[in-house]
Amino acid sequence: MSSATLTKAPDRAKVTAWLQNYGVYLAVVVLLLFNIAFTENFLSAANFRTQLVQAAPVCIVALGMALVIGTEGIDLSVGSVMAISAALIPLYLGAGPLTAIIVAIIAGVVSGLFSGYLVAYLGIQPIIATLALLVGGRGLALVIAHGQLVQVRNPEFLELGTGDFLGVPVMVIVAGVLAVLAGLVVQRTTFGRHLVAVGGNRPASTLAGLPVKRVLISVYVISGALAAVAGVLATSRLGASDPSDVGLLMELSAITAVVVGGTPLTGGRVRVLGTVFGALLMQLVQATLIKHNLPDSTAQMVQAAIIVVAVYVARERSSR
Amino acid sequence: MTATTSQTSASGAAFAGVLQRQGAAVVLVLGIAAAWFAFPHFGTADNLRSLVLQGSFLAVIALGMTFVIISGGIDLSVGSNYALGGVLAAYGAQYGLVVAILLPLAVCSLIGFVNGVLIARTGMAPFIVTLASLLFARGLLLALTSEGATTYKVDPGSAFLWLGQGTIFGVGVPVYLTLILFALGGLLLRRTRFGQSVFAIGGAEQSALLMGLPVARTKISLYTLSGALAGFAGVLTAAYLQSGVTVIGVGTELDTISVVVIGGTLLTGGAGTIIGTLVGVLLRTLIQNVINQIGTLDSNYQTVVSGAFLLVVVVIQRLLARSRTR
Amino acid sequence: MTAATEEDVAMTTAPVLEVAGVTKRFPGTLALDDVSFALRPGEVHALVGENGAGKSTLIKVLTGVYQPDEGEVRHLGEPVTFKRPIDAQRAGISTIYQEVNLVPLMSIAGNVFLGREPRTKAGLVDWSKMYADARELLKGYGIDDDVKRPLHTLGVGAQQMVALARAVSTDAKVVIMDEPTSSLEPREVETLFEVLNRLHAEGIAIVYVSHRMDELYRVCDSVTVLRDGRVVHSGPLATLPRIELVSKMLGREIKQIREEGVTAFGEEHDVEREPLLKAENLSGMRKLHDVSVSIRPGEVVGLAGLLGSGRSETARAIVGAFPLDGGSVLLAGKPLKKGKIAAAMRAGIALLAEDRKTDGIIPNLSVRENIVLAALPTLSPFGLVSKAKQDKVVKIFMDRLRIKAAGPEQKVSELSGGNQQKVLLARWLATGPKILLLDEPTRGIDVGAKAEVQALIDELAQEGLGVLLISSELEELIDGSDRVVVLRDGSVVGELTGDRITEENVLTAIAAEADNDV
Repeated sequence: MSSATLTKAPDRAKVTAWLQNYGVYLAVVVLLLFNIAFTENFLSAANFRTQLVQAAPVCIVALGMALVIGTEGIDLSVGSVMAISAALIPLYLGAGPLTAIIVAIIAGVVSGLFSGYLVAYLGIQPIIATLALLVGGRGLALVIAHGQLVQVRNPEFLELGTGDFLGVPVMVIVAGVLAVLAGLVVQRTTFGRHLVAVGGNRPASTLAGLPVKRVLISVYVISGALAAVAGVLATSRLGASDPSDVGLLMELSAITAVVVGGTPLTGGRVRVLGTVFGALLMQLVQATLIKHNLPDSTAQMVQAAIIVVAVYVARERSSR
Repeated sequence: MTATTSQTSASGAAFAGVLQRQGAAVVLVLGIAAAWFAFPHFGTADNLRSLVLQGSFLAVIALGMTFVIISGGIDLSVGSNYALGGVLAAYGAQYGLVVAILLPLAVCSLIGFVNGVLIARTGMAPFIVTLASLLFARGLLLALTSEGATTYKVDPGSAFLWLGQGTIFGVGVPVYLTLILFALGGLLLRRTRFGQSVFAIGGAEQSALLMGLPVARTKISLYTLSGALAGFAGVLTAAYLQSGVTVIGVGTELDTISVVVIGGTLLTGGAGTIIGTLVGVLLRTLIQNVINQIGTLDSNYQTVVSGAFLLVVVVIQRLLARSRTR
Repeated sequence: MTAATEEDVAMTTAPVLEVAGVTKRFPGTLALDDVSFALRPGEVHALVGENGAGKSTLIKVLTGVYQPDEGEVRHLGEPVTFKRPIDAQRAGISTIYQEVNLVPLMSIAGNVFLGREPRTKAGLVDWSKMYADARELLKGYGIDDDVKRPLHTLGVGAQQMVALARAVSTDAKVVIMDEPTSSLEPREVETLFEVLNRLHAEGIAIVYVSHRMDELYRVCDSVTVLRDGRVVHSGPLATLPRIELVSKMLGREIKQIREEGVTAFGEEHDVEREPLLKAENLSGMRKLHDVSVSIRPGEVVGLAGLLGSGRSETARAIVGAFPLDGGSVLLAGKPLKKGKIAAAMRAGIALLAEDRKTDGIIPNLSVRENIVLAALPTLSPFGLVSKAKQDKVVKIFMDRLRIKAAGPEQKVSELSGGNQQKVLLARWLATGPKILLLDEPTRGIDVGAKAEVQALIDELAQEGLGVLLISSELEELIDGSDRVVVLRDGSVVGELTGDRITEENVLTAIAAEADNDV
């Protein structure tokens, strides 16, 4: 069937396919060049640090989201999981930063198990299963924190969000390592290959004897854990645990990064590098607009337009 | 024929159906009764009046969402549209009552219309389209208010304020408007061909197409309606608060979806009632009210309870659907 | 429906619906090839043919889902173009699909009147009139349930009756029924036939698609047989012997000699005595009734029967992909866990599913990844994918099965049907199975690939694999099988071995009158 459309409109189909595959990189490069040429003080180490640090939490959450979307799912609960993770940190920081971080990540894993169970075993649509946690999770976080913003003063813990290692911000290193790991998982493990197979054709995967339910539950666990990590980092960077604000609308940013990065919402494909660049692109768009004195409001409207275009392009391709 | 088998499964299904449809109503009645006995202040006219008034804003948004969800779609842009409607109303109030009402209705309907066209004509998922317009509408709002710094105030003498602050027999005007809208919504859903099409599209879109129903037109109308109602809720809120508050409506789409689902509308589409949504709204307002009454309890339990309740409802819906296919 | 009325009808009336010289192409296939077909008022016309014969394409042309590439559709003698299904419906052509195309959650009455609800003077839907009308209407269709109930609370048969009532009450002049009885119980079938009788008397023309011989001969006046997109026979049904009808459907003249050697199968195999796989008394979902099949190492067991006879269900039930009410599957004497596909796979049973597209290939993945999919865990130490190990396996099978692809990294969706099928075969062979269940392994693939697949099946059996072969092509079954089990309506109705495996015997078993005639 594809041959017919190909012969009819080879150029258009090729352009669409190319855009789908490489559009996000092209966009990042164009934006970088534009800024280097027209934005004052853009080409500085300090500015690059800022951009990367600001993109890191979204990037980390988006990695988990990409895996979930690869199975034809969606995880709306990531923002609330970040809040839960943030709320837990001050409670356990007394026992050392490592303990606090582990507790926070365990909370993310449990949240993911919960959503994953609903999706994999009860067959509830991902959007609804994770909506419940989105609604309830932030409330839970606020209850844990008694609705308070709590200052965090443990210097070791703060190092995570503000410190450097070999001149590179720790947050960026964490995001980079996680991205490499995610890439390896997707490309080089049976789990990763099962994941794209389940997203690509669920009945065929079942008939091929793949552990479909286990794969499904695992992606939500990973997404939950990564959201928790993002919550830890955001808390450290802010120097405070702020469950009412941390991760707000994070689900939207993460989905945007994934979609813009070329991972189709229809599943069966995960683009880890694309996702990273998707997160960078959205950060650059915002920075560019701000630096040219275009306000936040314009950034949001531009973001909306980018989402629509990205999904429209992806749709062209998958319907072929 | 299959009288015996279908009869037994029918009584089972009927029971399950009652549970699903009336579950929220039963919980609501029990909750009100319990609150009445437990909290001396709960039963007072003042408290009840404020309870129904609080619920009315969310109810108007939820009315549009009910239509959308019954059609198998979802509208994430309502929260932003709601806030935008409020700001536009407060802004328009300086030009008179008519502008204060029509301007937000026109803009929010237009956003809904664009949602509908993108969904019905390009086949993009409602989820992602309305996610984009959530951002867009919020961006538009910020642009209109110098990044949220400007809050348009309504002139205290304006007739417009009556819409939100006026009372008839001691009960707020928004409550009456909500009831009127719900009555009209009920008529539209249950007593018109449009309403039947909405059910058919949500229940089996392919069948609806094959039966020659105007699927695309109906979808476009639905999202336009949802946008308009969210905008109108904004109008009422602006009149009630006497200003266009820019920070409202964040997360309202989720509240709205929750109350609609709790009210027995299937998130998978094809079934639902207007009255159920009203019950869902009241239940949510009741939970809020009770938690306030307890006083010592963290008000954040409210969303925890909402989330848990949503979950229970969804799991029950799912288990029922499963037993149906067996 | 007597012979006299049938002739009257045929002689005296012009066709209500007609297709003339219709050709419909899809990329790579010729779905309809110069098909002509006429339907007269009051006629019940059987449309038969195996999968891929072009029945559903023809129906879609008649109902406006597809437009013909050549030829025309005539309605009451006038050429018409149905751009959309609704155009055909407005012209009085209604279709009752196998999967009921109604709205399950909506009330029965709502479904009957959807889109044309009776309205009060105020323009509102008049529910009381709607309920009353629906109740009255449905009585004639044997449904006296409460019409306010949601449709899904009815059995599938009754739902189909509702669809029929809806169709007829929209002033349909032509009703197309696609396998209407496939999910009906005997008593429901009776009701359906009564309704058909009445429609017949009212002059409504019916296109009746079914594979059940008994029914065809009971209700149909005439028949059109499609095969490979062409009309191979059209005429009155009563005078056409059953066995001839079946042979026309399967494309084999009875007298034609089978030594023509159309297939690539070799001699019979050396077969061990003890069955390796025993499936006993499989029953479930009204589609299988006490089906027992055994397979010995080195044996090719053919599963014969028409579409819907329970062939695929049997194969799926063996690997646990079809829910069973009863029965058991034993491999080397040990029972398999029910409903666990992975367990069946580990025990050494592989199923090549019938529908390559929905149940087979993972379109977005490469040839390599599709091949190693099922065997991935064994090829991946500690869950880490080893490309080297994969490449070895992939190379072995790509060579052995002569898979034509640009390379192992090409996307599987870009291959031809035959090569996709080989990829799927490779997927299963890579798991090192002892029993191979092949559901239509050569359907929809070109002649060359077909011969290769057939030769491979032979070779595998010689290596000692037990094979269950399902095929709609008789010659393939007869030449390829050491033993043939015949299914009809979900029951085993015969088993042929050795010289008894002839087309005539298989056809006779398939076409035989059911003992308990409905």
